[in-house]
Amino acid sequence: MKVLVPVKRVVDFNVKVRVKSDGTGVDIANVKMSMNPFDEIAVEEAVRLKEKGVVTEIIAVSCGVTQCQETLRTAMAIGADRAILVESTEELQPLAVAKLLKALIDKEQPGLVILGKQAIDDDCNQTGQMLAALSQLPQATFASKVVIDGGFASVTREIDGGLETIKLKLPAVVTTDLRLNEPRYVTLPNIMKAKKKPLETLKPADLGVDVAPRIKTLKVSEPPKRGAGVKVPDVATLVAKLKNEAKVI
Amino acid sequence: MTSLVIAEHDHGTLKPATLNTVTAAMACGGDVHVLIAGQNAAGAAQAAAKIAGVAKVIHADGASLAEQLAENIAAQVLAIAKNYSHLLFPATAHGKNVAPRVAALLDVAQISDATKIVSADTFERPIYAGNAIAQVQSSDPIKVITVRTTGFDAAAASGGSAAVETVPAVADSGLSSFVGAEIVKLDRPELTAAKIIVSGGRAMGSSDKFNEVLTPLADKLGAALGASRAAVDAGYAPNDWQVGQTGKIVAPQLYIACGISGAIQHLAGMKDSKVIVAINKDSEAPIFSVADYGLEADLFTAVPELVKAL
Repeated sequence: MKVLVPVKRVVDFNVKVRVKSDGTGVDIANVKMSMNPFDEIAVEEAVRLKEKGVVTEIIAVSCGVTQCQETLRTAMAIGADRAILVESTEELQPLAVAKLLKALIDKEQPGLVILGKQAIDDDCNQTGQMLAALSQLPQATFASKVVIDGGFASVTREIDGGLETIKLKLPAVVTTDLRLNEPRYVTLPNIMKAKKKPLETLKPADLGVDVAPRIKTLKVSEPPKRGAGVKVPDVATLVAKLKNEAKVI
Repeated sequence: MTSLVIAEHDHGTLKPATLNTVTAAMACGGDVHVLIAGQNAAGAAQAAAKIAGVAKVIHADGASLAEQLAENIAAQVLAIAKNYSHLLFPATAHGKNVAPRVAALLDVAQISDATKIVSADTFERPIYAGNAIAQVQSSDPIKVITVRTTGFDAAAASGGSAAVETVPAVADSGLSSFVGAEIVKLDRPELTAAKIIVSGGRAMGSSDKFNEVLTPLADKLGAALGASRAAVDAGYAPNDWQVGQTGKIVAPQLYIACGISGAIQHLAGMKDSKVIVAINKDSEAPIFSVADYGLEADLFTAVPELVKAL
């Protein structure tokens, strides 16, 4: 069974982004970029399924600028076998990415698609669900456990109040939550090996997809700043402040 | 122009997030309808009819909707979606699961986690873990929106008397099936609806310590318990207690952070709380930069002391 793993290149999770003074966006010039952490979990899960003998080939996909090649090389260093870059300098919104990925599903016919539940830049949490809908596939979002058995996937999902397990007919789309696994560290030999793995580049037009944005960002601003309050010397003062000043207890 | 709120419910009753979503829908302008898609969900439909400001409740009832599977719920919404200018879901685990499916099948973009309705086509939403606020405009004929409930007050749960219209339930997709759930029954308020939250971080040290130290405080205050990602990853607290960018977004009256350093991803989930208290040994902890009241102390002595003092 083939697995398709879409990965996104995002600002590294350790970077505190700054809003540009002209309000057109956030400043990502000279900022460290990495693979979206949830997508890294997705790649790791695919590799584990391959190690278990359930999966035969892992294809990493990224949609975006030329530099997404680095993200794809990282995916291949973790264990993906080959990669596809859908190259575009346009702003690619989740619906457009889902359409591109659907075109790749049609082409590659994977048995499973695993991707992160959300990208930590736009925080949209849409692509996996949209992809599943467009491809008329079942979905299991926010996965904390994935078991493949025969033509089905049993997926345990993180929901409000606890966990639920659902059974999906393959092919299916799974989005990862934090506790699905802990991605391995990539080793130098694997980074070297990844450089030799095949990376194919396509354009959205090659897949017949219109990627024009549907949502226009009018402005980006700083959130209201929350000022630091006061330090209290002891518990008694804290209780007094909460009772008399803040009046919350 | 009419908006449809896709209610979150347990068939018998409405989940509170529905009320905040109704408020957001009213801000879009025009009438507000509520969809109850469930099984034996007359209770939830009646509750929705009583929400102040709701003009009509649409009730679809059937076995295909019993487990709230995304494929079936999305199909149910799509069956009536064309009658509406706006489709609003609470940005809960359930809403986030279903809304993008609906948007994709309507071939429209989705606005995730709206915190403000600026006008019928313009919305505000946080990006980069809330470190920036984007004002976005949608050109699509139908706006599919998930609503961050902390951004909107709850609509009054009573005072309305909307008519309930019954529509047929969709057929099961046959694509997925429900196997089971482990829902932890707590005697505490739900994290996202709690007025007070007591939250623990990595410094708690163990699951036993987490419970031993924080439970008495939460009991005393009638509070919900939360946790940082570090505490959840270490197994000190269940997954769904995680407060932060990718966990629960909360805005209680009082948030008490115990042994939480305050990574930006955690702050993203709680910085809209009315009053924040931080108890931490480390005077440099970033949590102090957002806390109204900071207590630099060992939580293992300070928290029991606090319990006694209350």
